[in-house]
Amino acid sequence: MSFMVNLALGLLFGIGLVVSGMSDPAKVLNFLDLFGTWDPSLAFVMGGAVITAFAGYRIVFRRPKPLAGASFHVPNSSAIDRRIIVGPAIFGIGWGLGGFCPGPALTAIALGAAGTYAFLPMMFLGMWLARMATARPVAAA
Amino acid sequence: MTDFTPIASTIGGVLIGLSAVLLMAWEGRIAGISGIAARLLPPYLDGALLSRLGFVLGLVAAPLAYAAISGTDVVQTVSSNLPLMALAGLLVGFGSVYGNGCTSGHGVCGLSRLSLRSLVATLTFMATAFATVFAVRHVLGA
Repeated sequence: MSFMVNLALGLLFGIGLVVSGMSDPAKVLNFLDLFGTWDPSLAFVMGGAVITAFAGYRIVFRRPKPLAGASFHVPNSSAIDRRIIVGPAIFGIGWGLGGFCPGPALTAIALGAAGTYAFLPMMFLGMWLARMATARPVAAA
Repeated sequence: MTDFTPIASTIGGVLIGLSAVLLMAWEGRIAGISGIAARLLPPYLDGALLSRLGFVLGLVAAPLAYAAISGTDVVQTVSSNLPLMALAGLLVGFGSVYGNGCTSGHGVCGLSRLSLRSLVATLTFMATAFATVFAVRHVLGA
């Protein structure tokens, strides 16, 4: 059941990426090119998504728990540490080089571009390395 | 050049936000794609692997579903510079997981929860992404 719900929600998210243009690296790179062929469209993607989520979360969080889970898993850390600067800084460089962040890269699999197949295995390698680098020792968990 | 598409982009953004809200309502999780994708790899620390697999398969199927519904092909222009794309992938994968989120987890879900951490993360990756495109296109002239 959860698999089917998640499949539907992934589909909705992915169609959102496609409709918005965010799945196209050319559009992302033009959004990031303030001093060249600037295309401000992606500001509208973020605006639409954030306003919808802001309103929707307020309704959802009135409930004591989710429909199919014991509790809401919401990060509650507010620490501004090294990782919250270094990680996004590295992520932004990669995003600016390729025009792909993780969601759009996954929507690109079925479209068959060679660049996608260079990007994705290395993305998963990077994710794995970061998980290894940040894993707490088991004994301390 | 790409066309300025404020209406389509806003509609797409609303769909993304709606997916994030429904995921929270259904099983109480943040719709952060880097977190969902990274946890497809071992170690598996909770019982949500099948859920995550479903979400990712939905993302993969999305352009096919869109093309079937709309009757129009999905256009993506991906660089064919394979070493560049490989490097970009490594940085995106490492950076997003090391920093606990990407465009969706920090940018959409975090900002809409008014998280200070996500605001700092979003401003940081926007800044380095703008700087990278500036350097590549206007300094190196690629």
